[in-house]
Formats: sequence, structure tokens, C-alpha cells
Amino acid sequence: MIGLIHYLTVAAVLFVIGVYGILTKRNIVAILMCIELMLNAVNINLVAFSRFMQPDVLTGQAFVVFTITVAAAEVAVGLALVFRVYHDHDTVHIDKLNRMRW
Amino acid sequence: MDELVYNIAFYIFAAITIASAIGVVTKPNLVHSSLLLALCFIGISGLYVLLQADFLAAVQILVYSGAVAILIVLGIMLTQRSSMEDTNQNSGWRRGTALICGCFLVVVLIVIATTPWHYSSALVAQDTPSVIAQLLLTDYMVAFEVAAVLLLGAMIGAIALAKGGKEE
Repeated sequence: MIGLIHYLTVAAVLFVIGVYGILTKRNIVAILMCIELMLNAVNINLVAFSRFMQPDVLTGQAFVVFTITVAAAEVAVGLALVFRVYHDHDTVHIDKLNRMRW
Repeated sequence: MDELVYNIAFYIFAAITIASAIGVVTKPNLVHSSLLLALCFIGISGLYVLLQADFLAAVQILVYSGAVAILIVLGIMLTQRSSMEDTNQNSGWRRGTALICGCFLVVVLIVIATTPWHYSSALVAQDTPSVIAQLLLTDYMVAFEVAAVLLLGAMIGAIALAKGGKEE
């Protein structure tokens, strides 16, 4: 029987993959993609808790609506910042973006 | 029989999600990574269907696979010079990072396995969009309005940032 633990395990694995990607990737756009993976892992957790703990209230699903809103805003602003950095510095490689002032 | 089908569907969607997430962090080509990210979002929406969150499954496909993944592909296209080969390389100490992440995963899994979860036996809400709408427009009214303002601010900010101000 598939229960809460199975969903939490999938979400934990997804979250750890996202953390690994953020720590090892060297391209800003790739790091943004890994942040999206972590946000989705949290969403799976919220929906699973909502389904197994309070299946008649759906508070968790309402929370996920807000998380998706914030994630969409985050990726839009993040990509705009990436365009700006690329326009000013001609690179999106974070090892080359190491100046504190420009 | 129903339970067997449910279990098989869960494992298929979980495998799609995890495998494509691993592909996102290991593929050397950034475009492949972003397309695998879209596949990962579709697998997650399958998990939502299994959790009887049908509205969220539709939102997941529309917003994540439809908008976010395509936006990221656009971002990749606009920030790479010519060839996409080897645009997504990893840093030097991959092994140490993998070790730390593995330890973190083991700790989280032990916590999940040892916590006594209290399941509810209440009936699952049918017709989830109307229940969610009820919540959003009564209990979470203020948060809903703040989210609307946040989206507007993010849109204006993104346009202003991407367009760029006048240089003196």
C-alpha cells in the first residue's frame, strides 16, 4: 500500500538532487532550474500531508497555490537578472562573476 | 486490482520524476537539462493526480511545464553564444558534495521512517477547485491579495531589469 512515507521519500530524494545541483553547477540558469526542483519537492510534501492528514480541508493544496505563485515570480525576476548580468559581463559562469563591485 | 494499478502508477511517476531530476543535474548540455526539467514537472503532476489533487495537477502542467520550463529554455537561448556543447559543466569537488548530500538524504529518510504519523480517516474532498476557492477567498483572503501584488511587482521588476535603465 502506497502511503505518506512513499511520497515523502520521493520528495526528499528530489530535494537532495536539487541541493546537489545548486552546490555543483556553474551556470546561473542551471542553478535556477535546481531551485525549481527543490520548490517542487516541497510542493509534493504539502500535497501529500494534505491528502493523508486532513483530506477534507485541503489547506495544503491552498498553500501549494501560493508556492507556485512565488516560484513563478522568482523565476521571472531571476531570469531578468541573468539577462542583465549577461548584458553587462558577457558571461553567466559564476566563477567569472567574482567581483564585489562593478 | 485497483490498488495494484495505483501502486504501479505511483512507481512509474516516481521513477519518471527522479530519473529526469538526476538527468537535470548530470547532463552536460543545458538544453537537454531544461527539457528533462519539463519532463520532471509532468511526472510530479502525475503524482498530484494520484494524491487526488486534480486542480493542482492541471496548474502544475500549465504553469511549470508550460511557462517556467519554456521561460528557462528562452533564458538559455539568450545567454549562450554559439554551441550548446558542454554548457552545463560541474565544479571540481563533485564527490565531496555528493557525500554531504547523501548524508543529508540518509538523515531525512531516518526521520521520515521513525516519526509516528497520524493518518486521518476522513473522506477525501471531492471537487477540489471549489474547496480551494472557498479557502482562498475566505480564510486566506489577505495572502491571496498579497500574492496578486507580488505577481504584479515581479512582472514590473522583471521588465525593468531586462530592459535596463539609462546609463549615465
